[in-house]
Amino acid sequence: MNRRDSIKALGLAAAGGALLLDGCGPETKTKQDAVVGGEKLAGVTDAEHRHNQQLLAEQFFTDHELATIGVLADIIIPADGVSGSATDAGVPDFIEFMVKDIPSYKTPMRGGLKWLDVQSQRRYGKVFAECAGKQQLELVDDIAYPAKAAPGMEQGVAFFGLMRNLTASGFFTSEMGVKDIGYVGNRPGVWDGVPEDLLKAHGFADGWG
Amino acid sequence: MISYQIKEDPTVYDAIVVGSGAGGGMAGYVLANAGLKVLMLEAGPFFDPAKDALQLRWPWESPRRGASTVRPFGDFDAAYGGWELDGEPYTRAAGTEFEWFRARMLGGRTNHWGRISLRMGPDDFKPKDGVTESWPITYEEVKPFYDRIDRMIGIYGTVEGIHNEPDGIFLKPPKPRLNELYIKRGAQKAGVPVIAGRGSVLTEALPGAEGRGTCFFCGQCGRSCRVYGDFSSSSCLVMPAMKTGNLTVIDNAMVREVLTNDEGLATGVSYVNTQDLQEYAVKGKLVILGASACESARLLLNSRSAAHPGGLGNSSGLVGRYLHDSTGASAGGFLPQLLDRKRYNEDGVGSVHIYSPWWGDNQKLSFPRGYHIEYGGGLHMPSFGYLNWVPDVNHLVPAADGQQHERGGYGASLKADYRRFYGANVGMAGRGTALARYDNYCEIDPARVDKYGIPVLRFHYKWANEEVEQAKHMQETFKEVLHEMGAIVSSPPPGPETLYGLEAPGKIIHEGGTVRMGDDPKKSVLNRWSQSHDCRNLFVVDAGPFVQQGDKNLTWTILALSMRTAEYILKERSKLNI
Repeated sequence: MNRRDSIKALGLAAAGGALLLDGCGPETKTKQDAVVGGEKLAGVTDAEHRHNQQLLAEQFFTDHELATIGVLADIIIPADGVSGSATDAGVPDFIEFMVKDIPSYKTPMRGGLKWLDVQSQRRYGKVFAECAGKQQLELVDDIAYPAKAAPGMEQGVAFFGLMRNLTASGFFTSEMGVKDIGYVGNRPGVWDGVPEDLLKAHGFADGWG
Repeated sequence: MISYQIKEDPTVYDAIVVGSGAGGGMAGYVLANAGLKVLMLEAGPFFDPAKDALQLRWPWESPRRGASTVRPFGDFDAAYGGWELDGEPYTRAAGTEFEWFRARMLGGRTNHWGRISLRMGPDDFKPKDGVTESWPITYEEVKPFYDRIDRMIGIYGTVEGIHNEPDGIFLKPPKPRLNELYIKRGAQKAGVPVIAGRGSVLTEALPGAEGRGTCFFCGQCGRSCRVYGDFSSSSCLVMPAMKTGNLTVIDNAMVREVLTNDEGLATGVSYVNTQDLQEYAVKGKLVILGASACESARLLLNSRSAAHPGGLGNSSGLVGRYLHDSTGASAGGFLPQLLDRKRYNEDGVGSVHIYSPWWGDNQKLSFPRGYHIEYGGGLHMPSFGYLNWVPDVNHLVPAADGQQHERGGYGASLKADYRRFYGANVGMAGRGTALARYDNYCEIDPARVDKYGIPVLRFHYKWANEEVEQAKHMQETFKEVLHEMGAIVSSPPPGPETLYGLEAPGKIIHEGGTVRMGDDPKKSVLNRWSQSHDCRNLFVVDAGPFVQQGDKNLTWTILALSMRTAEYILKERSKLNI
């Protein structure tokens, strides 16, 4: 079976090999249900599916905590000219799932959010989510840079590091984020080595270096 | 009321094969194609990559975005299993460690493996340094089987003429990715050879391979392949063997013990159905174990009888002994030359595009044998945690605007950093020879059973100086290679406090040696045909028979030896009284 037959076998290219010539991949026909884990994909075991459903049915964060997560996530990944923000990509729901999936995140996240509110209350007389944008950024500035954080801020730095990683994970694995980062694979193609112009630009004589 | 009656099938099969991975799959394939009536028992469910692969799924189709919480290699990886299975524990003796990976599914671990397909060399079978015992067979004896497997299953690579890294019959290898070209250049400057990878992926059509598609370069072999473009035992061996009409597969069948008669010959096996928990017994003229090195040892040790009081085939007392995995250590960094790199599809194949075969001269080194290096990095599919490294290193090079960032950060500039660094990472991992030692072993834990009531394994495994020195050398090599290619490394290499980053035994999933072959029944469990010294109609075809593996990933040798054993069985059938 040649490559064209392989692709036909995948059911991706009824019209033959044209797919390989244009730059576009197969349409993503993902149902929203599958995205949130509602529909069992072939190859996912029954036990795994039950486990996912169970996690999805639980609620860990309070509304207040989720609102604070949303504010922080959009500070970490705001909308710009290329793509939307972390909340546009559904990051708070993703983080809600992940702390149930990896329970060791639960206390650092809940406690970290509380730490942030206590700091905020002391400085500005309000919880973090209710502070003005400028105040929120002031506080984030104190915990977003591990190398220059002041003594006493270490716990905030650790929390922010976890929050930043979860936000980036959630954003850059979403449909919006994958497009933003410029990943263009996950589709049938032909690999014939590094494109000629790049070989030249990087000083390699040929595809084998 | 629950009945504990054992259901006996009156059929007497020509052969019963336990396990459906590389070893069991090949034995079943050869025997069924020769016309024998074969029964194969698999502890997990049926699995067909064409239907069950999570290939070409997007990260957002997993609620955990491919995180490794449920499956150790992430949600999309093909292996049903891991180092810990619910209700199937194992234990470790105090002060020792071992991690035991099991995949419960048709095809076993071959559904998700790295497809890195290396032959063991002449010096691996017959070592010249006297450090470990010789195999009873030579490379020359195994070579014809390696050749036939290359032709039958397909492997890419390049002919290099390296003495202990024998060439095969190769398909066209995939060219290196951009970061791999940098790696190659850097490694060569550091005196480390780099050659094309060797993987069982059909980079071009394989003559005679019916029903298998050609690779379309999604780089996802670990998810198993819907067009059978790579080697899995399920797609390439078991299902084709079923088509002969001679192979029957029973899935969800966890084998409890091998049954023997008064003369000590194998008569069949008993198993528990993992779904309805009913007990069964099946009869066969011979029994072939391909359950994986440790699972086959466990099965033998759990099969005690008057004729085999110490466990079946264990008159030598060596079943479970000489357990050895590969060594493994890794390092990584990023290439400033690849910041803000142009985007294009470099998924390539899911096995390695390049690797470094062992190059060292042991007379000048503090350890015997060696390791090979596998490389990675690049514009891969996003998954959970894949950009976590960026805020830790974004202060090490100026940003696109020439400004120096503080480490960490947030907002528009951090978002730009994620884009800037994506695909600039490089990684490398050594996989080396760990010595087979009598004192590293598994045995039956006298106090524990699994959820089926089957006594479990207790492991005794410790690394020794040879492995630690090898890991130290790996780290020194990685540092030089990374330096020579101009990579930036943000954290210091691991030192003696972590055994130089040496992974725990079992973590590399190359375990073997538990029923070693040999000519002397006192010093080995099996003969040179992987046939029990004590029980002539019992064979083992997984990595158990390995006397000592090289730094070559096991699968290609498991396949070659299993084919050789199966053909020996065909030739010897009359003498075996079957």
